[in-house]
Amino acid sequence: MSFAFRPEHPDINPDMWIQIDDIIAANRFIKGSVIAVLRRCQDVVGYLPVELMEYIAAGMNLACSDVYGVASFYALFAFEPKGRHTVKVCTGTACYVKGIKEVISRICNEYDMEEGGTSPDMRFTLEPVRCLGACGLAPVMVVNSDTHGDVSSDKVVDILHHYE
Amino acid sequence: MERFTVEALQAAREDAAAVLNNPDVIQLMVCGGTGCHATGSIAVIDRLREEIAARDMNDKVRVVETGCNGFCAAGPIMVVHPGDIFYQRLKADDVPDIIETHIINGQPVDKHFFKDPISKKKIPAQSEIPFFAHQMPRALRNKGLIDPESIDDYIGRDGYQATAKALLEMRPEAIVEEVKASGLRGRGGAGFPAGMKWQFCQASPEAVKYVLCNADEGDPGAFMDRSILEADPHAVLEGMIIAAKAINAHQGYVYARTEYPLAIRRLGIAIEQATERGLLGDDILGSGFDFHVEIYQGAGAFVCGEETALMRSIEGRRGMPRPRPPFPAHQGLWEKPTILNNVETLANVAQIILKGGAWYASVGTETSKGTKVFALSGDVNNIGLVEVPMGTSLRQMIYDVGGGIPRKRKFKAVQLGGPSGGCVPEAYLDTPVDYEEIAKVGAIMGSGGAIVMDEKTCMVDMARFFMDFIQDESCGKCTPCREGTRRQLELLEKICDGSGEAHDLDELERLSAVIKETALCGLGQTGPNPVLSTLRYFRDEYEAHIHEGRCPAKRCVALLKFEVDVDLCTRCGMCARACPVDAIEWEKKQLARIDKEKCIECLTCYDKCKFDAID
Repeated sequence: MSFAFRPEHPDINPDMWIQIDDIIAANRFIKGSVIAVLRRCQDVVGYLPVELMEYIAAGMNLACSDVYGVASFYALFAFEPKGRHTVKVCTGTACYVKGIKEVISRICNEYDMEEGGTSPDMRFTLEPVRCLGACGLAPVMVVNSDTHGDVSSDKVVDILHHYE
Repeated sequence: MERFTVEALQAAREDAAAVLNNPDVIQLMVCGGTGCHATGSIAVIDRLREEIAARDMNDKVRVVETGCNGFCAAGPIMVVHPGDIFYQRLKADDVPDIIETHIINGQPVDKHFFKDPISKKKIPAQSEIPFFAHQMPRALRNKGLIDPESIDDYIGRDGYQATAKALLEMRPEAIVEEVKASGLRGRGGAGFPAGMKWQFCQASPEAVKYVLCNADEGDPGAFMDRSILEADPHAVLEGMIIAAKAINAHQGYVYARTEYPLAIRRLGIAIEQATERGLLGDDILGSGFDFHVEIYQGAGAFVCGEETALMRSIEGRRGMPRPRPPFPAHQGLWEKPTILNNVETLANVAQIILKGGAWYASVGTETSKGTKVFALSGDVNNIGLVEVPMGTSLRQMIYDVGGGIPRKRKFKAVQLGGPSGGCVPEAYLDTPVDYEEIAKVGAIMGSGGAIVMDEKTCMVDMARFFMDFIQDESCGKCTPCREGTRRQLELLEKICDGSGEAHDLDELERLSAVIKETALCGLGQTGPNPVLSTLRYFRDEYEAHIHEGRCPAKRCVALLKFEVDVDLCTRCGMCARACPVDAIEWEKKQLARIDKEKCIECLTCYDKCKFDAID
């Protein structure tokens, strides 16, 4: 079942559209479920293109502005495509005290990127995140789903080297 | 799965307790918290299971993946019962030796024991390690003792007994009275008496009400709630069931941070198991009382820890606070009466019902009863989760439990309460853990983040860090917070960059006063606290930045020269070896020299130099 005219989008293939329709179908009558729908759709596509948010709005019977308003409020949602590997650096207090600032500037220098940005070769996206609650390991970096504790500006490049 | 009656629950408790306390079975409790997972505890567990199966010892040894043990700095951790032997920093390859020597031949392996950083002595028993010896686990009473993914383990430790008592033997008013008698106050930060909140909601005649659990632990440097959910999720569920009975609610939500996948997974398993056994859902324990719980995942917004914003977020809207009154106890989620309690608050409730409010109130101070969990981190030897009785001094917590400051550096301040809190300097370290006493010295109890900072931390930079956090997380609804915090950040950045002016400090104080007075919610009202507390205790550092163009802690890059002090340099070469870009020229017995063309100003050399010789 499709909920509106499916727009053409280079980053969304037919299989993804089917998954998106399933997500909307399962939630469209549940009050307050739009955040969960956005999260699952982002898991499918990798980010939230405008066309996808319009489609979700139509499927959920909401105004586009409501959907965009919610998506733009929460840090979890991205409107730009991400690199092959997501590097999350914890910017919590413990990590800050233990030197995450130096780690971030080293990553930015090494891969020619900015905080929150993606390297030109689409290899890494660097996301500074709020406290991961793993302060015992500070400073902490999470690459995809691997947690690396006690990173330092000299160790970080060796770690990232393994992610092609 | 058969649904429990009270008789079946009692029988299950006896069976489960027999397994937990079986003297003929050696129990290997391996920490499976987020911290230990990251340092490799899963590999240790897999290897243990493999080696034990290979030796055909499955009926003699039980391997348990527990929740967070609390001593995160020493992971991966394993505790062996009987004997209470504590092993730290284990690797999978250490497993065969431990099994042969300790498990089979009864000789604990001392090379993995904890070594006290001060006395240098090795301590085999967990209960004798100072980090554990000074603690009083209540909210964390099951930490490290049960498998959080097994409801049987929880039942074996008196789990769901309080639920049975509250649902079958107690009237809602009696539950509220018991919680009021305990003196339990909100552990999320504000410290509002939990029993009062419940009473307000109980009084409402509305038919539909909600119980919410706030697991949106957003304060940077706080991980108490994550650890409780990872170690003992059923305790939180039990707290919610009892709260639901007290106010007559039938639906609950746990609002959990999306950054805590393991906690969410374990809580999900707990809900599923409790529902299967008839301890959640319809007609709990045959009492006729219904209560359902769902997990709601946040999407990364700090302000959603504020109660009205959290409720908006569950409703699928932008998580922005609204003015109170009406208070959520009258109009909360979907405009229905709602109570919202923090994870740690709820984790205490079952014990209070089972042992009585008077028991809970038997420790603590005049106005703050019971215990408080802190996440001790930063520049302190024993990083981890600590639960201490109210009234313990900050000094005891940092030095006796925390083991003091590493690398022979000096203590500078402890930051309590995250971005809403403040820094407590050396002179006030004897302040007891107590809501009112901590507020007097300019900090707040907060949710329990305690970040220790040594002399190498710049307090202006810390204030800038917190203000950067607050202005970024400000939802933008009210002007004082949206604009005021940004102006404060600009002033602090200016000072850190070396272009601060004398009147900037007055301006910071003036803005702080306005924001505190006029912001809509707690985030804004407490936002200026880090600035005010650092100005109160470390004004000299602000003045050094402004008047002398100097950062005393040598952290503000714009104020550093990146030159080697000829008089202080001992020619050891530590800086040259540490430099990631080879910008330091040094040869044996020669002075080091920094090549400014190559230097990327990463501060590694500042950190490595033991003689403070880099300027």
